[in-house]
Amino acid sequence: MSARIVRTSRSAQVAMVIAAFGLIVLAAAPWWAGRADLRLLGEIYLYLSLAMLWNLMAGYAGLVSVGQQAYVGFGGYLLFALTMFAGLHPIVAILAGGVLAGLLSVPVAVLIFRLKGAYFAIGTWVMAEVFRLSFAQASSLGGGSGSSLPVDVVKSLADSRSGREALSYWLALGAAVTVIVCVYLFLRSNRGLALTAIRDSEVAAAGLGINIWRTKLEVYVVTSAFTAIIGGLIFLQKLRISPDAAFSVNDWTAFVIFIVVIGGIGTLEGPIIGTILFFLLRETLADLGTVYLIVLGLVAIVIMLKAPKGVWGLIRSRFDLELFPLSYRVRTDAADKGR
Amino acid sequence: MDWISAIVQGTLLGGLYALFAAGLSLIFGVMRLVNIAHGDLIVLAAYMGLSTTVMLGIHPFVALLIVMPVMAGIGYVLQRGILNRTLGDDILPPLLVTFGLSVILQNALLEAYSADPQKMNAGVIETASVPVGGLTLGVLPLLTFGIAVAVIAGLQFIFYRTSLGRAFRATSDNSDIAQLMGLNKTHVFGMAMALALAVTAIAGILLGIRTSFDPSVGGARLIFGFEAVIIGGLGNLWGTLAGGVILGVAQTIGAKIDPGWQLLAGHIAFLVVLAIRPQGLFPRVSH
Amino acid sequence: MPDPVLSLRSLDAHYGDFQALFGIDMDISEGEVVAIIGANGAGKTTLLRSIAGLLKNEAAQVTYQGGSIGALRADQVAHKGIALVPEGRQLFPSLSVEENLLIGAQTGRAGPWSLDKVYTLFPILKERKDQASTTLSGGQQQMVAIGRALMANPDLILFDEISLGLAPVIIKSIYDALPSIVGDGMTAMIVEQDISKAMSVSSRVYCLQEGRVSLTGATNTISRDDITRAYFGVEA
Repeated sequence: MSARIVRTSRSAQVAMVIAAFGLIVLAAAPWWAGRADLRLLGEIYLYLSLAMLWNLMAGYAGLVSVGQQAYVGFGGYLLFALTMFAGLHPIVAILAGGVLAGLLSVPVAVLIFRLKGAYFAIGTWVMAEVFRLSFAQASSLGGGSGSSLPVDVVKSLADSRSGREALSYWLALGAAVTVIVCVYLFLRSNRGLALTAIRDSEVAAAGLGINIWRTKLEVYVVTSAFTAIIGGLIFLQKLRISPDAAFSVNDWTAFVIFIVVIGGIGTLEGPIIGTILFFLLRETLADLGTVYLIVLGLVAIVIMLKAPKGVWGLIRSRFDLELFPLSYRVRTDAADKGR
Repeated sequence: MDWISAIVQGTLLGGLYALFAAGLSLIFGVMRLVNIAHGDLIVLAAYMGLSTTVMLGIHPFVALLIVMPVMAGIGYVLQRGILNRTLGDDILPPLLVTFGLSVILQNALLEAYSADPQKMNAGVIETASVPVGGLTLGVLPLLTFGIAVAVIAGLQFIFYRTSLGRAFRATSDNSDIAQLMGLNKTHVFGMAMALALAVTAIAGILLGIRTSFDPSVGGARLIFGFEAVIIGGLGNLWGTLAGGVILGVAQTIGAKIDPGWQLLAGHIAFLVVLAIRPQGLFPRVSH
Repeated sequence: MPDPVLSLRSLDAHYGDFQALFGIDMDISEGEVVAIIGANGAGKTTLLRSIAGLLKNEAAQVTYQGGSIGALRADQVAHKGIALVPEGRQLFPSLSVEENLLIGAQTGRAGPWSLDKVYTLFPILKERKDQASTTLSGGQQQMVAIGRALMANPDLILFDEISLGLAPVIIKSIYDALPSIVGDGMTAMIVEQDISKAMSVSSRVYCLQEGRVSLTGATNTISRDDITRAYFGVEA
């Protein structure tokens, strides 16, 4: 009896097929969905992207940040700045914002990596505050009250309003797919393996010669760059920016953390489930305002105490499912015949 | 002369920041827990003080006599009921649970009190001032600084001269062996949180007298407390006072240059310390 | 024959999935000094930790002074009058020598042992009472650990490998002090790798091998051969 090592599984293959169909349906949304639904879907994709990225940093690299709003706001502001002052096309501006965010994140990381654990988390929050206060000083970008995207910049996206909305939608969908694919490929690679090793045991990983600091830095830089791009897309949709909106802890960190925690931290399926649950909760409870947030907080606490692996963790342990083929399995010929 | 005045004001402000930080420092020292909801608990104490003064018609300092034990009780129950379950090697549970707690607190306060800014009335001392040297110093800031020094001295006394403090230190060192001494660690941690929240009550009342507050200001208080702890160095309460003073001075000088620069100046001071001397100025333990 | 002060019945101890003790039966009478010997990994420390409450077991598996204590927490067991001198001393680094001793008295039990009596037993500790406990030599730290356990005024004291890492001269001085420690009618269990030392102060011995009792008897009736066989599990 011989054995092979494979990385895929039946459930993963099925999931891939379903996802491919789903993607086609979603890509066609501008033709079958109404304006409000289109905006909602776009918002879902962007939150999903943020959640995937935060999960990569916190669930895999162990960098629990409560300051990613720094890069969301940075990306948003750079969209406005580069289109208004450098005359760049919005999409180019958003991508450039990502690159610049990546560059900026290096000195930021050098500073805050000196802190560990929860102190690191608060350090990221301080950084976000520094970003917020700095941008609030920039009067050319509206200072404390913010500014709106100029009409000519908006028109450069597409001539008609429905054209712009379709483009915004596709950009958001494209971003989400890109983030998911990139994160998946990264985790499947050797780098990803190193990251999982670090997550499971830093001491053991260091003993294997993995450069922990460097690996974490890479993850932080890439995550921050992508987060900034998402930020640009968010504010491209909103068409208006202000320091409080751009760097809001609630909108860009609290909600994202809840999504990942409730869905299942440290897995790829978790953020997807979490985003779906989050928006379901929001659509049903949003009228209740603050009570909704209290419920969210309570759910997060209960999940953390009773089911720390989140909803996906519960599903996975009961059914041994894995939709993203990441782990290694040993397959023997005998087992193959049964499947 | 203006600059000296600014530095002195900043120093006195540092006393308030040290009070924000003291509870944070204590909890981290005893159980390696960083409570993200700490700032919101300060705000909770302020609101509690507000309601107490309004309902009973008493002075905020008298209200403190009620708020302190209530907050201590809340701390004990919170620790034994929820936070003890998060302690362990994984940093995620305590972080995420206290983060959830922070969101719950802020929104519960919003529900109960609305977003309108509030302030407690302490009467004459709010505006009274005394001449010291060539300067005119406010009575309230002086009092706050004095209280901060007294609180820190009190905490040091508890930690190093009482059996409760011995229990704190032993349980923090080695909770298993501390159990062998007859110390129930869930109870010890509960007492530590109760003590921390009692200090938080003092900080909250003083905050509520000094400035107007609303449910959303908790985050900033947490950050100030945290910066004071990091600048001063972990594990050293007097260091935390020094850290608070440095933060306060940086902020006041920044405000003097440009009012919009106040907060930024404080953060920059923090980042500079982090860059040059990450372990803080007077550390006793490592991160 | 009076009831034993400590009884173990079918004691199984687990660390997660790993089982360290298999059905241990033991009876210790009041005032006895019993030696527990065995190779590394035989389960001696696990045994003491189970009795002291650091490991959770079923209530009936450990009976002390007539009550079932198997499921109690370590701090509850401490209040009942059982003290453990843990393996490797495990003093509290944040506490001074004197504070380490004082915290031993946390349970507030009454008895002959006090700070003064401990200092009389180990005078060197009085000299160093305000020093950080970790700055002391190994032998002195062992004295602090023993003193700390005595300060609880226990009725049953458990010694876990007190000679570990100490020079022979120091070991001798500590064992010389042992009779005055347990002389007051205190019951003691001594876990040791140094067989001759353990048997020199005890009246009975249990030998553990791979989590089971392989030999038991009065120290003056057991031969070297018996021990070797029981220690290593070699069949005659």
